[in-house]
Amino acid sequence: MVGAIHELPIKGWIDTKGVKMGARISIPVRRIDAKEKAGGWTKYIGDYQFKNLQHGRFLRSERARAKIIEIKKPDFPEGYYYIDASDIPSSGKNNIQMIKDDWRVFAVSDVKYIGETIAVILGPDKQKVLDLLNRIEVIYEDLVPAFTFDDALSCKGGAVYGDNNIFSEYLLNVGNVDNAFKDAVKIVEGKYETGFQEHLYMETQGLVGAWEDEKITIYASSQCPFYIRKSVAVTLGVPVEDIRVRQTTTGGAFGGKEHFPDVIATPLAVAVNKVKKPVAMIYDRIEDISFTSKRHPSKITIKTGLDKSNNIIAMDIDTLVNGGAYESSTTIVLQRAILHGIGVYNIPNARIRGRAVATNTFPSDAYRGFGAPQGLFAIEMHMSHVADELGLDSSDFRRKHFIKTNDITITNAKMHDDVKLPEMFEKIDEMSDYSSKVKEFANDPVKGIGIAFVNHGGGFTGNGEQAIIKGVVKMKRLEGGKAGLYVSVVEMGQGLQTTMRKIAAKELGLDYEDIVYDNPDTDIVPDSGPTCASRSIMVVGFLVQECAKKLKAKWNEGVGVEAEDVYKHPDGLVWEQETLQGDAYPSYGWGINVIEVEFDPVTYEVKTTGIWAVWDIGVAIDETIMQGQSSGGVIQALGYASIEKCELKNGTFMQHTMADYTIPTSLDFPKVETCFIDNPYKYGPSGAKGAGELVFDAAPPAYAEAVQNAIGKRIYDIPVTPEMIMEALK
Amino acid sequence: MKEIKFILNGKEVSVKADPLKRLLDVLREDEKMTGVKEGCGEGECGACAVLKDGVLVNSCMIPLGAAEGSEIVTPEGIRETDKGKCIIDAFGDAGAVQCGFCTPGMMMATEALLTINNKPDESEIREALSGNLCRCTGYDLIVKGVQIASERGKDLW
Repeated sequence: MVGAIHELPIKGWIDTKGVKMGARISIPVRRIDAKEKAGGWTKYIGDYQFKNLQHGRFLRSERARAKIIEIKKPDFPEGYYYIDASDIPSSGKNNIQMIKDDWRVFAVSDVKYIGETIAVILGPDKQKVLDLLNRIEVIYEDLVPAFTFDDALSCKGGAVYGDNNIFSEYLLNVGNVDNAFKDAVKIVEGKYETGFQEHLYMETQGLVGAWEDEKITIYASSQCPFYIRKSVAVTLGVPVEDIRVRQTTTGGAFGGKEHFPDVIATPLAVAVNKVKKPVAMIYDRIEDISFTSKRHPSKITIKTGLDKSNNIIAMDIDTLVNGGAYESSTTIVLQRAILHGIGVYNIPNARIRGRAVATNTFPSDAYRGFGAPQGLFAIEMHMSHVADELGLDSSDFRRKHFIKTNDITITNAKMHDDVKLPEMFEKIDEMSDYSSKVKEFANDPVKGIGIAFVNHGGGFTGNGEQAIIKGVVKMKRLEGGKAGLYVSVVEMGQGLQTTMRKIAAKELGLDYEDIVYDNPDTDIVPDSGPTCASRSIMVVGFLVQECAKKLKAKWNEGVGVEAEDVYKHPDGLVWEQETLQGDAYPSYGWGINVIEVEFDPVTYEVKTTGIWAVWDIGVAIDETIMQGQSSGGVIQALGYASIEKCELKNGTFMQHTMADYTIPTSLDFPKVETCFIDNPYKYGPSGAKGAGELVFDAAPPAYAEAVQNAIGKRIYDIPVTPEMIMEALK
Repeated sequence: MKEIKFILNGKEVSVKADPLKRLLDVLREDEKMTGVKEGCGEGECGACAVLKDGVLVNSCMIPLGAAEGSEIVTPEGIRETDKGKCIIDAFGDAGAVQCGFCTPGMMMATEALLTINNKPDESEIREALSGNLCRCTGYDLIVKGVQIASERGKDLW
C-alpha cells in the first residue's frame, strides 16, 4: 500500500526486462542482485577459494577483568604461528583506530572483558589450529569486575576507564527547567530500561587477509572498507595507500559490520604481515553471538512537570548507556540517544543529562538506530504513562505536544523539516482503525493496541558530514553506453546496488542495468564515507545525483570522461560540536507505528495481530525496496521488544546460539501494512531522506504500549517477555 | 575415512571422508556447492537447507554417512530448472531478496512446499518457511515471492 509519491519525470527511462518502468523513480525495479543471490551464485567471504589459505582463530580472554600472569603455550609445529602484540611493527600501534583508538588490537598484561583478543593462532589445518588453541593455558590474577550501571557509577573494583568510568557526559538544555518545575501542578516520573541486542546478520563476521602484490589486501564482509583501511594502516604504522580493502558481498550487517570488522582486521593484518600468506578469520555462529558487539543497554529516567491544562511545561531526563570496556563509537551513540531524547515533541523547558559508562562487558557498538531506539523507547513509554496518569488518551496527549516546523529543538535550533505527523496520523488511523480500536479494547481483558511517533536524524550528527567525512563520489563514461559509479558505500541487503544505479541512471537517461557499480575496493573508489547513519541514499545518493548531472554535461567528450562531486553542507545550518548546540541533523525521517496484540492470560504469551506503519522518508527511491526496509526494520525491532533477550552473567552473554537467542520467524508476526507519504527533501536525491534506521525506531514502544493496554499494567522495560508479564500481573 | 556414494543433483558422487563429517561441509568443501550456506551450524536457521530424497533438511545436521545412497539436491541442482527459474524470478519480482544469505535456503523451502502443495495460502507459506530464518526482510516479501511462484508455476508443480 503506497500513498502519494512525489512525481518526477524521468527522461529517457526505458522499460527493462519484466518490469515496467514509469515516470517516477519510486516505481520498483527488479533488484540487480536478486537472481544471483536467490540462486546461490553470489559469493560471500566464506565461498571464495584462496590458494594456500591459512586458518586463524583468536585466543580470547576468559576473564572479565584480570592481570595476565603467564601464557603457557605448547610447541607449535612448523607452519603454525602464535601472533600477539609483539608482532606489531615498531612503526605501528597496539590500538584500533576507530572513532576512538582505546580498543587494543591485542590485550597485553591485563584483560578487560570476556572475549578480548590476546593472540591469533594460525596454520594450514583448521583442526590443528583448534587443538593448539585448546592447549594454551592463560594464568590470570582476577580483579573485581564492574558490569552494571551501578557498578560503573560506584567504580566497583576501581575505574575501568579514567578516574570515574564516564566515557562522556553531556548536558542539553532548552528554556529554564528548574523554574518551570516550580510552576508544575503535577509531576510524573518513570525509569525505562532496554537490554543488549544481537545483530544476528545471517552471514557471520568474516575477513580474509592476503599478501598480494607486496601489500596487504583485506577481503571483508563489511559496511565500511575505508574504516578497515585506516585502522589497519595505523596498527601496522604504514600509509593508508599500502593497505587495500575489498568488500565482499555482505550477508547482513545492521551496524554490526560498521566498526567491529576493524577488531578482526587489525590482528589479522598483523598476522598476514608476519606470515605473508592468506589468512581466514571467519566466525562460527557461537563465536559470533558470544564475542561480537551488541546494542548499548540503556537506563533512562524521565521526570515531567505539567500545568493545570495538562500541558507539559518541563522535562528532566537522565540517560545512561553502557559502553562496555572500550569507548569505540559509544560517545556518538550517546549523542544520538539524547538528541532523540524528547522525541517528536515541543517541550519548552527540557534538560537531558547523558552519560556513557565503562564496564567490563563486551564493548557495545553500532546497531541500526545507534542510540535513537533507546531514547525513543523511553520518551514514548513515558508520554504514554503521563497520559495514563492524567486519564487522557495516549495518542491525543502526544499529538497535542507534536513539534512543528520552526519550533525550538532540544539543541536550541529551529526545526527546519516540514513536519507532517498530523497528516501521517490521519493516514495510519484510517489504515488501522486505531481510534475506534482504542475505545473498543479499553475494557477488553486480552486485547490491546499501541502507537508510537518517532523521528530519526539522517546522516552524521551536526556538521559531521562536512567536518569528519567530506564524502567524494566519482563517475565515468564507459564503453557501450554504460557509466561507472565509484562510491565506498556498500550493498549489505538494503538495496544500494539497485537504488544508487537508479539515481545515476535517471540523471544520465540510461537503464539502471547500464550503471556499473561493483563492491567497493579502496584502491579504486574514492572515500564517500561509511555505510551507516542512514546517510547512504540521503547524503551519498545526492552526491551521485549531482555527479551524474556533471557527467551528463560532459558525456559527449567521449568514453573515459569523468566527473566528481564532493560533499557541501546545506546552507544555513549551524553546529557547535563541543556543546551539541545548533542543527543536530540536516533532516529527519518521521514515522508512526500502530501495533495490535492479544495476550493469553494462561501462558502470558503475546500474539501480535496487526502491524501498521506510515513513514515520511522524503521520497522512496524504490517502493518495493522500501517496503522491504519497513517490514524488515519493524520485525527486527519487534524481536528487540519481545523475544530477543540477551543476558549477561558474570560478564558472559548467557545466549550463545540461535536456539537460545531467538529472532522472529515467519510465523511470529503478521504482515507489516506500510504506507509512505510524500515530503521531498531539497538535498536528497529526487527528494529522498534517510530511512534504514527510522524503520526500527517506532515498533518497540508501540508494541510495549499495546501489551500494557492488553494486560492493564504499565511497562517500563524491553524485551517484554512472558515472565515479565507474569511478574507484572502478580 | 570411508567411501560414501550418493546422488548429488542427479549425478552419482563418491566422497572419501569421515562418515561423521557434516553433509554441509562435504557439499561446500568437497563438492564446491557454495549455494549451500552455513548460518548457524545447529539446524536452527535453514541457510544450509537441501532436499534429501525430496524432504527439506538442514545439511549441517546430517552426517555424511546418513546421506549414503540418498538423493541430495542443492540450490545448484534446481536453479536452472523451470521450477528453480520460476522461484528465482518470483523472488526477484516480489523484492524477496535483500542480503541474500538466506535466499537459496528459502528457494529450497519453496520448492519443497510447492511440491506437496502448489496452491498454498499465506498461513501455509509462513508455516513452510518457518524453519528458514531471515533477518533482513521481515518475511513479508518472501511470502509474496512464494505466492507469485505458486501463481505463475501452477503447471510446474
